[in-house]
Amino acid sequence: MSPPSTYSCRGCNVPANFFDRLRAIVLSFFLIAAFAVPALAGPFEDAVAKFANDEFSDTDEAIGAVATSGNPLAFPIISALQDGRLSADPESKKVFVTGADGKIIDAATGAAVASLPAGAVAVRLNNRLRRTVEAALGGLTLLSPDPAKRLTAAQSVFKSHEEAALPVIDGALAKETNKAVKAAFAEARAAILLYKSDASDAEKLESIAIIKARGDQEALALLTGLGSDASPPVAQAAAGAISAIQSNLAMWSMVQNAWYGLSLGSVLLLAAIGLAITFGVMGVINMAHGEMVMLGAYTTFVVQEVIRTSYPGLFDYSLLIAVPSAFLVAGAIGVLIERSIIRFLYGRPLETLLATWGLSLVLQQAVRTAFGPTNREVGNPSWMSGAFELGQITITYNRLWILCFTLAVFAILLAMLRYTALGLEMRAVTQNRRMAASMGIATSRVDALTFGLGSGIAGIAGVALSQIDNVSPNLGQSYIIDSFMVVVFGGVGNLWGTLVGAFTLGIANKFLEPVAGAVLGKIAILVLIILFIQKRPRGLFALKGRAIEA
Amino acid sequence: MLTQLTHDIATLSRRRWLAATAGLVLGLAAFGSAQAQETIKVGVLHSLSGTMAISETTLKDTVLFLIDEQNKKGGILGKKLEAVVVDPASNWPLFAEKARELITKDKVSVVFGCWTSVSRKSVLPVFKELNSILFYPVQYEGEESERNVFYTGAAPNQQAIPAVDYLMKDEKVKRWVLAGTDYVYPRTTNKILEAYLKSKGVKQEDIMINYTPFGHSDWQTIVADIKKFGSAGKKTAVVSTINGDANVPFYKELGNQGIKATDIPVVAFSVGEEELAGIDTKPLLGHLAAWNYFQSIKDPANEKFIKAWQAYTKNPKRVTNDPMEAHVIGFEMWVKAVEKVKSTDPDKVIDALPGIEAKNLTGGTSKMLPNHHITKPVFIGEIKANGQFDVVWKTPGLVAGDAWSKELDGSKDLIGDWVGKKCGNYNTKTNKCGGQGS
Repeated sequence: MSPPSTYSCRGCNVPANFFDRLRAIVLSFFLIAAFAVPALAGPFEDAVAKFANDEFSDTDEAIGAVATSGNPLAFPIISALQDGRLSADPESKKVFVTGADGKIIDAATGAAVASLPAGAVAVRLNNRLRRTVEAALGGLTLLSPDPAKRLTAAQSVFKSHEEAALPVIDGALAKETNKAVKAAFAEARAAILLYKSDASDAEKLESIAIIKARGDQEALALLTGLGSDASPPVAQAAAGAISAIQSNLAMWSMVQNAWYGLSLGSVLLLAAIGLAITFGVMGVINMAHGEMVMLGAYTTFVVQEVIRTSYPGLFDYSLLIAVPSAFLVAGAIGVLIERSIIRFLYGRPLETLLATWGLSLVLQQAVRTAFGPTNREVGNPSWMSGAFELGQITITYNRLWILCFTLAVFAILLAMLRYTALGLEMRAVTQNRRMAASMGIATSRVDALTFGLGSGIAGIAGVALSQIDNVSPNLGQSYIIDSFMVVVFGGVGNLWGTLVGAFTLGIANKFLEPVAGAVLGKIAILVLIILFIQKRPRGLFALKGRAIEA
Repeated sequence: MLTQLTHDIATLSRRRWLAATAGLVLGLAAFGSAQAQETIKVGVLHSLSGTMAISETTLKDTVLFLIDEQNKKGGILGKKLEAVVVDPASNWPLFAEKARELITKDKVSVVFGCWTSVSRKSVLPVFKELNSILFYPVQYEGEESERNVFYTGAAPNQQAIPAVDYLMKDEKVKRWVLAGTDYVYPRTTNKILEAYLKSKGVKQEDIMINYTPFGHSDWQTIVADIKKFGSAGKKTAVVSTINGDANVPFYKELGNQGIKATDIPVVAFSVGEEELAGIDTKPLLGHLAAWNYFQSIKDPANEKFIKAWQAYTKNPKRVTNDPMEAHVIGFEMWVKAVEKVKSTDPDKVIDALPGIEAKNLTGGTSKMLPNHHITKPVFIGEIKANGQFDVVWKTPGLVAGDAWSKELDGSKDLIGDWVGKKCGNYNTKTNKCGGQGS
């Protein structure tokens, strides 16, 4: 079929027909389950020894032979292989399984071994072998007592729609009591029947109905892959099901875009919210805002390092500890910057811009010198990893948590400005500085605290952004433009404007992106904002009245 | 003695000051030997600040390390080597200025430097005008062969095309996503790959091309699109020319949306050991990278180099990567050429370099070709849980670098030959020097 490779390649000349072997594996597991074939000696040991050759083709053969051997050690060996717990000594050709509990056994005999020999190395896998291993384990776990495992096994059969699994599925379906697993088995059975050459048209039509009801991308892939060799009524039903699924998916993709837009909007809001205080409320053109975000992210890194070395059990709480730390670090630096530089520059926007721009470079280089120029690894706690399905869209936990977190930060900030004494003083000073001073408010102290608050919130944003972006000295630079865009678009001096602005830009961006591409989409957004600012120079929600004169 | 020393300090150029105070180079040795004997100066033109510092700082350290090692062996032609380090600060026009400063003011004999293609393009006229030598260590898009530049990184036929071949033959990939950052290297590479895939019978509807801005961080839509594209019932793979910083959020999103290497493998051309140092690699198990060198390759030369490098940087965890090896090869070639002609005169060295051989770190011997590219082995590695790569495939021998891609209509007849034809873009159809390019 394909011309012979011009390159040498370890593991290329494996027995080609993967599915033949898969069928054998699945069947053999069925046989094991049904008749409990006694273990055979001889070929099994030879097969196991092949793991020690460190050749992908030999490992492939060994998996096939071990899986079909019927030996009770087959399952521990193959699952150990998947987890990297199978090791081989190239000298003696002996292979060892290190159990999940740390116990070591000789893979060929099952005898316990005290420790691994010095030369033993883990048996290597590549992607193709990983698929073989998954299929081998999938065949076994169809009858696993754990419903979650049965569900995954059923789904992998749905994907591979391998005929040989049909008797096992039929048997499992009859016994199954769990509703979700039963449905998955039914879908897997339908997938197999759809591709089975000798299945009747009636069976195939029934299968198409079941797959159509599933309605996701995998169902679509299965139906489109059917090809033209189906009989006319089947082909017609398949075409109908395809168009039904497609229109359903098109609707879901709107929902998906809206969700992605909300998620992008929440990131924009989080990055901009600190700037809405320093620039929006105080009027300081703060080019070092992004660096405050970066400092927050590095604080997260430091907190995680301390936790990793001293209290590894607390790792899942590392972000909760990092939030107040980042607020304090970035806030303290903010107060320092205000006291040492910015307070001399009030009312001189151009000088402020240049001074804070220079400051941002200083901070970047300082971090680069202290932590090195390369990215730092900030881990995701378990509750921030992974995703769940909602209808036909995938929602990742980290984005969901960031959305919730952003809204919480926004609410707390609003409440603070509205209900606390400091908030009242801040509003008084920014609305009419001289009047506030005459009322006995220490305006310079309030300035410092306000700037510190804005910087501290930028630091908190850094904690969240460390979960989805690089932690590098350049982290802040990528957010500074977006942040200014959001604040200016939303209306300077108005927190609600920032909220609405961020979500509007996020959603607009995500609806443009599939049509125009990421690069053009971003440009289009910028053009739209420029046009909008021409029409409404003060943004979405302009402050009215005397406040703007101050 | 004291007055002599102060005199020395006063006469030291500001540039040398920078190098010395940064504690980068020979340190006091430079002071001592500055007046004792003449040195051969080596320019280092890598960004130490700005966006590219993340990748280029390591290369600066590599050149300093190589100079240090060479001086321990007694230097070249009885003279010590002296590094002149400048910081072009990831600013493309500044690269040209700094290159001019290195050549005219510091009178360096050779320059090791640049990372991005745009910085290389920016210094080209300077090197041509002032007739000096640049060693460029990074994999790039090809379509160039200059008399004053020696390309020790991979051309597309030494990285991209073998990687696609591997996926096609070993993973039986039928559908392709070409994803890249929006600038010259990914665009040219993808143009070459698209032409190559079509020549292998892949249909237009089975190729999806996607570009993103520098530092793109919101990959939700694109990863969802890739997932959708991959569910058409044919084996799908992603060929990624996504650059540096944008990779971390891209891989995180892949992991979070549950795309595993066994379903849709991603093969990357810009992700190496250094880039993986910032990511939790467990969800990336099995994704691929194509390079001419991996740290994990078992070879005595490599093990010796890693040990010496970690001792030099005083960091037992410091990783090595592909562009570093390119500098190692380029540096050795330059040393050999200088020793061959017993001079650092640029014209003599440029003429001597083609044909020079140098051991690479993976057990082979690379050779400088008349088109100023070198021969290299190509490796495909799978990402392991510890941030290193496991080599799953390699070319049997070394692959000669093509300056001009055979896949593109505009360049398939062109060759670079600075030995026989004295021309970087010789057209083999019309037998004339000239055509596309310079």
